[in-house]
Formats: sequence, structure tokens, C-alpha cells
Amino acid sequence: MKKYDAIVIGAGHNGLTNAAYLAKAGLDVLVLEMNSYIGGATVSRELHKDWKYTNCSYVCGLLRPEINRDLELPRHGLQVVPYGGGVTFMENGDYYGNFSDHNRQHREMARHSVRDANAYERYGADVTKQTRLIRKFLLRTPPDPASWKMSDIKEMMVLAKTVMDMKTDVNFGDTLKYWTKSVGDFLDEYFESDIIKAHLGGTGIIGTALGVYSPGTAYVLLHHYMGDVDGTAGAWGFTRGGMGAVANALASSFKSFGGEIRTDAKVKQIMVRNGKTTGVALEDGTEFYADIVVSNLEAKRTFLGIMDEKDLPEYVIERAKNFKSRGSSGKVNIALDGLPTFPALPKGTPLMAGDFHFTDSLTRMEKAYDDWKDGNFSRDPYVDTLIPTLTDPTMAPPGKHMMTCFVQYCPPKIQGREWTDADRDAFGQTVIDQVANYSPDFKDLILHAEVRTPREIEAEIGLTEGNIFQGELTFDQLFSNRPFPGYGQYRGPVKGMYMCGSSTHPGGGVMAAPGANAAREILIDLKRNNTVPEGYADD
Amino acid sequence: MSEVSVQQANDRETMLIHTPFHSRSSALNKLNSWENWKGFMVAHEYDDYELEYFAIRSQTGVMDLTPMTKYRITGPDAEAYLNRLVTRDVTKIKVGRVGYTVWCNSDGQVMDDGTIFHLAEDEYRLCSYTHCIDWLMWSAEGFDVEIVDETKQVAALAVQGPTSCSCLMAMGLEGIENLKPFGLTTFPFEGGELMVSRTGFTGDLGYELWVEPALAEALWDQLFAAGKQYLIRPFGLYALDMARKEAGFIQAAVDFVPAEDQVRVGRTRSPFEIGLGWLVDFNKPFFNGRKALLKEKENGSRYRFVMLDIEGNKPANNSFILNKKGKVIGTVTSAGWCPSAKANVAFGQVDAKYGEIGEELITEIYYERELHWTKVLAKSVVVKGPMYDPPRRRATPPAPF
Repeated sequence: MKKYDAIVIGAGHNGLTNAAYLAKAGLDVLVLEMNSYIGGATVSRELHKDWKYTNCSYVCGLLRPEINRDLELPRHGLQVVPYGGGVTFMENGDYYGNFSDHNRQHREMARHSVRDANAYERYGADVTKQTRLIRKFLLRTPPDPASWKMSDIKEMMVLAKTVMDMKTDVNFGDTLKYWTKSVGDFLDEYFESDIIKAHLGGTGIIGTALGVYSPGTAYVLLHHYMGDVDGTAGAWGFTRGGMGAVANALASSFKSFGGEIRTDAKVKQIMVRNGKTTGVALEDGTEFYADIVVSNLEAKRTFLGIMDEKDLPEYVIERAKNFKSRGSSGKVNIALDGLPTFPALPKGTPLMAGDFHFTDSLTRMEKAYDDWKDGNFSRDPYVDTLIPTLTDPTMAPPGKHMMTCFVQYCPPKIQGREWTDADRDAFGQTVIDQVANYSPDFKDLILHAEVRTPREIEAEIGLTEGNIFQGELTFDQLFSNRPFPGYGQYRGPVKGMYMCGSSTHPGGGVMAAPGANAAREILIDLKRNNTVPEGYADD
Repeated sequence: MSEVSVQQANDRETMLIHTPFHSRSSALNKLNSWENWKGFMVAHEYDDYELEYFAIRSQTGVMDLTPMTKYRITGPDAEAYLNRLVTRDVTKIKVGRVGYTVWCNSDGQVMDDGTIFHLAEDEYRLCSYTHCIDWLMWSAEGFDVEIVDETKQVAALAVQGPTSCSCLMAMGLEGIENLKPFGLTTFPFEGGELMVSRTGFTGDLGYELWVEPALAEALWDQLFAAGKQYLIRPFGLYALDMARKEAGFIQAAVDFVPAEDQVRVGRTRSPFEIGLGWLVDFNKPFFNGRKALLKEKENGSRYRFVMLDIEGNKPANNSFILNKKGKVIGTVTSAGWCPSAKANVAFGQVDAKYGEIGEELITEIYYERELHWTKVLAKSVVVKGPMYDPPRRRATPPAPF
């Protein structure tokens, strides 16, 4: 059997990014994917005839522009198109509209609270300061704070200098606060209006098994503001053709460097001999050989799933078992026969092109979390709904629409037992009812709906408990602690074994940074020229 | 030569002329943001320039093109005349075809660039940036042609973007999908005639629609009704400028000085010097500027047009271009971030000794953030370009989206 230079397990966007950079450096790279399609959670699938479902990740804002450009993804077919607008509907029949025009937004906020409209300026500046600090480290490998290696000390100096450079503008104490406090406390420091707080607060709980008043959720909000679409910081866009276009473009770029992808190739085990990786064995018995094996799988699945415990230090097994990768989200994807109307909104409003929410206070959000703690899906869920077909004409036939609903919260198990199909359908119905509360014609327009609970997400794409970030984005497992202390630099516990998924720094979202960072570390170990770009300097 | 008629009563009253689409475009211009395009009032931005730009790249964008200067050139010598006027071989532009060209003065310096529409036997339309009828008339000495400025007699829309063909098909323009790039065709429309050319200034799939002003509003209404399901929206000149830079199109009076406007010696450029040497055909009969251009071809040019792929994301507007030793060798004429190509592009003029494809130069970029200025010496590689060139631009028939 042919021996490759490197094998990457999992054709998610980070696996493909990692593979592309290794191949670009001249390595002979094989990517193995368990499904018959590539992409992992960046995927577009035709689940209803003529409708493309971007059925896992659904919007694109964090993808690092440096990587997009460096791997020439536009030439390989990737188009990211920003969308404007956004609405939070209120139970009293009113709404808050999130206009992209700054002054229009101010006027809309002032309709709910004059003071909040003004406080938003302070909020915006503070969030920008914090994200600028984080952004600088996205395409860098975190230093190991317990190491005396020169490279770690140097990187600690970079970190220290960045913090020092902030001077009194943002002192590091504030930064620590933002990284550890709850999104509810964070927003309470700026705003008085329930609806404004609710509109902004949702991003603090997306993908996270925590409530708006749980410590650590303020960082999750910052995490969602780290991206930019063409220099508009915090902006989000659709990928033309659905999120699968990200994976397809990465795959095309990878192949242009001579890379090879095999689908329907589920890895059973990473093979280790004498403390070194030798390759991987598939479930069907096929073996592939390489000195470098990179896992794009989540940390639990990597160490507890496809590695033999005998090959691992106790420490790693223990940490992997304790790694927090709790399922808390669901997804409902809907094919629509036409555009649903939302009577609360003015006719023809540009707000329709953005994200819709139906939770108008942090209290309701917290209650939604209470259901999760009790082992139930939220009866009054927080839903992040978008209609990509108002921006992207490729997702449905002309005049028809596709709706994506991301739902918080949805537990990995119902009251401690496995999900049943009936549970799943009840969950789907709850979400549909939530939207229908604000759109009387919505239900009649539904042609097909795909309901995904953590059960489906784990079974189909291998995210443990359906956790969309491959592990929660709480401070205890971020930066050099991601996935666990001592393993924050993409190297596994066995020589030749690496991690490149969202379980590593800087975490989840379709960012491609973990994959790129891992490639850089591998190339350093191989003493090859680095092919991974540095991040754009913030200005 | 005078204009054939003054159609709009308001022409004498107002500072800027309203185009025949004004009732429609003004209703959609939420920002009330207009530009002065050769005396016409045309949208700069309707509601969000960024989304307008992305309509061109992902949906369909519509722009009022009426102010484009248009001349009707007819008569038995029309072809010979145009062949004398412009640098490319006009005999190769068959009836039903459009050709991009430049024309020069006798020193071989570019007067303007534009398009020639071969409408029928002995009948052409020349679209230009400049008002150039004076030059057209001087060049017409000895030719049996009639030249009429028909700028106000023709209302025009640019319909650009991946769903543009679907929009036109939905409007009932049968067979439009078979129109090849740079082709033109006509359809009966509301008792008159609608001309459609597969042309544009965006580098994407796109068409331009031409009708008499009386049919303009009907055209707009039918187009927008048919295009609704293909996510049609209007775009202004701001979005156009983003698209054209990404598509590698130079702009008169921005990337070169039209020769007639030159006051200071040496500020004009030849076609070779603005990257349009491919439009000069010495194998055809005599044309304006031929002698000078032939001499330039033998002796070499003074300047070279470069398209630069600049590292980082700071636009290189008004920048100096340096060689690797730090010597100033030229300047940037247009620059900007390319939102679809994810590239930082600049067009520049450099000393002809420099600027081979692949050469690494330096662009001196200044940018301001919160009243703080920063200088960047950005690595800039000369590329062939364009930065964005989707295959759908050339596909016939185009895909539905």
C-alpha cells in the first residue's frame, strides 16, 4: 500500500484547510471522510427536490479572509455575500429591527430606549476593542504558559505586549471580565431595554449549554463578532450555494495542490507503533500509511473514539472524558412554497433579509435554558431564523424559499433517555409553532422540513452530542487550554499525531483558523517552509 | 451639429437632467444619493452600496445607463469612417456584434475608449465617455457619413449578474439565452423596439437594454416585475466602480486623461501605455494615430499599465509605486478591495522599464484611522488579472443563476 506524507481524518472545513496547506507545502496528503459527501458541518444538500439545504452551519462571517484569499477560494468558486437586516419580534406585536445603516439603527433603538440607542455607541466601541485583541491571536498558535521553550516564551511576550499596548483604553482586567462574565451581566452594563438586550444577547448562547446569566457567555458573544465580511467587522454573510460551497472551494484548492480525498472511508483507528503514528485503519479493514496523521474530529471522538487507550497517557484519557462538548442546539430546515409574511413588519422592509428572533427578553432566554437543564427541549425556544433565498438565488426554485432555523436549546438526551422520532417531531413542531406565532401563513407554505436534534447531528456528521463548536467556548477550554492544558499547540500525545478541528484554538465556527494553525505546526516539525499566512494586521 | 431635439422641458430649468427612468429610480433611492454623470442625475447609492454590489455578483443588479454618450453613425462610408477613427479593425465587427475599442489623436494618444455597436448595414452606434462629436466631425472629413448625438434619444439600462439572463427570459425575451458575449439583438416591445446587447462594465454575466425614452418606464416596470423572483435590485455608480475595478476595466478620466483635455505636456497615454495595445491593429488601413503608434511600437513606450495584487487589505488609493530599491516608478490610478475576489487591487502607471507580469513592486499606502495616519509599504505583485473573472460571464446559454 502506498505511503502518504500525511493523512487528515475528516473532510470538514478545518480538515480540508489543514490538508490544503500541507499539500501546498509539497506534502502528499490524503483526506478521509466517513460520509459519501464532504464538508462535515459545512455542507449543502438537496434533501427536497430542487431545494438546497445548508443544513448545519448556515451563515459565514468568521472565515478568515487571509485564508480565503491565500488559498484562492474565490477562484475555486467561493462567494460570500453579506446580508443586511435582522428582527426580534415582541410578544406585544411590536419588533426591534436591526438596520445595517448606523443612523437608521440608532433611530430604531431610540424607539425602544433613547438611552440605549446612545449606549450602543459605547457598547460597539467596547466590543470592537475586545474583538480586535482576540483577532490578533486567531492565526497564531497559543503559547504554553507552563513551558520554558523559547518559542513559548516569545509568544507569551507577544501576548504580554499586546495587553500592554492596550494601555488604559481597555485594561486587561476588563478583558478578563469579558472573557468570564455572563452575557446577561455584560448587556446589563449598557442597556435598560429588554428587547435590545434580547436582540443582542442571543449570540451569547448560540451553540452553548449555558444560559444568558451563566458565566462565560459574554465571550461567546465576542466570538461571534470576531469575523468580518470585507472589512465590516462583525458582519455575516451567506455563502452562495450554501455552506457546502466553503468545503467545495477548499477541496478544489486542495486538489489543485495535488491532494486526494476519499469519501465513504470511516476511520476505525489511528495506528500507533512505538509511540509513533503509522497510519489509519478504516472500519472496512483498509489501511493507509503515513507518518503524520491529523484528526479533524472533536477531541472526545479523537481520543476516545479512534485511538487505542493503550497508546495514550492516562492524563489525555481523563481530560478527553472531561472535555465539555455538551449538545444544546437543534436545527430545523424548511422548504417553503413562497415567502411567509410577518404582519408586524412594514411591507417590503429590508429587515427580512436578515436574522429573525422571537425571544424578546433575557428572562425568556433564561427560561429556555431551564428546560434544557431539566432534560427537555425549550418549550419557548430561542430561534435564529434566516431566509437565505432572499439573498442567494441558488438555493430554491424562483419564487420559492428556504428557511433555516437554528434552535437553542435542545438537549443531547430527553430526560436522560435516547431521543425517539416522536420527540424529534415534537421538537420540530415547537420550533414551527414559534415562527408561526408571528407569521399566520407560514405553516401553509411548508413543503418539507428537516428536523435535526443533537442525535441526528452526532449520527450524521460526528459532532459529539451535536455540539456545533466541537467543545464549548468557555474560558476553561479556550486558547492554550483548548482542548486541554498542555495540548493547545495542535500536537497530540503520540509523535506524528495532530489535531486540527474546532476542538483546538481558536475554536468553533467556520473560521478555518484551527486547520491552518495546525498545518503551520506540522510544517515546523517537518522543518518545511511555512505556507500558512499571517493574519492581517489590525489597523 | 446640434442635438436633434430637447426632449425634456426640465432640461432648461434644472441643474441636472432627469433620465427617462427617474420616476422609478428616484422612488427606490432611499438615501437620495445622486451623482452628476455628464449632466445627468444618476444614483450613486440606492440603499446600501455593498448589497448593490453583491446584487451584481450574486443576483441581478440594474443600473441606469442613459447618460452614456451615444452617437449614431450612418451612411455608405460608416464602416470606412469608423475604421479610420479607431485603432481596431472595424470590418471584423459584423452586424449584430459589439466591439470595445479606443481612438487616438494623430500623436497616438488615447482620446477615449468605448464600444461600437454594429446595428445594421452602414449603421453603427458609438458609445463613449467623453462628449466627442467635435473630434468625430473632424475625423469625418471626406467620408459620406452622418453623425448624430443620440444620447437623449436612447434610454438604457445595464442588467448585470448571474440571474440576469433568467430575468430577461422571464420578461419574455425569447432566445435571449443564445445571445453570445458582445452580441446584440432586438425584440418588439410595447409597439416599439428593444435592443439588447450582451455587454457591460461589471465583468459578470450581463446585458444592456436600449429603448426609446417613451418606453423607458414600461421597460423598467416589466424588468423589475419579471426579475423579482430572481432577486433583482437597482445599483448605483458606487457599486459599479467596485465591480469594474475587480473586473479589471479602466475608466476614462480616472485611469487615463482623454487626450483632448490635456493641458500639461506628457499627461496623456497611448493605447500601449494603458494596457490596451491589443486593440491596435496595424494590419488595417490608415487610422488616426497610426504613424505615431507604429513609431512607439518600434521605439518603445514611456509608461506601462500595471494591475497590482497588493498584500493586506488597505486600499492603495493615490499611492506611489516604488521598485524594490525604493525608487518611485509610478502612481496608482484606481484602487480598491475586491469583495468577491478577496483581493486588494490597484491599477497603476509605471515607468515602462518596470511592471512585467510577476514582478514584485512596492506600493506606498497611507491610511487613516481615528485621525491617526499610518504608512504601509505593501508588497505588490504585477498580475495579468482580472481579479474576478467568473466562467458564467462567457457561458452561452448561461446557467439559470
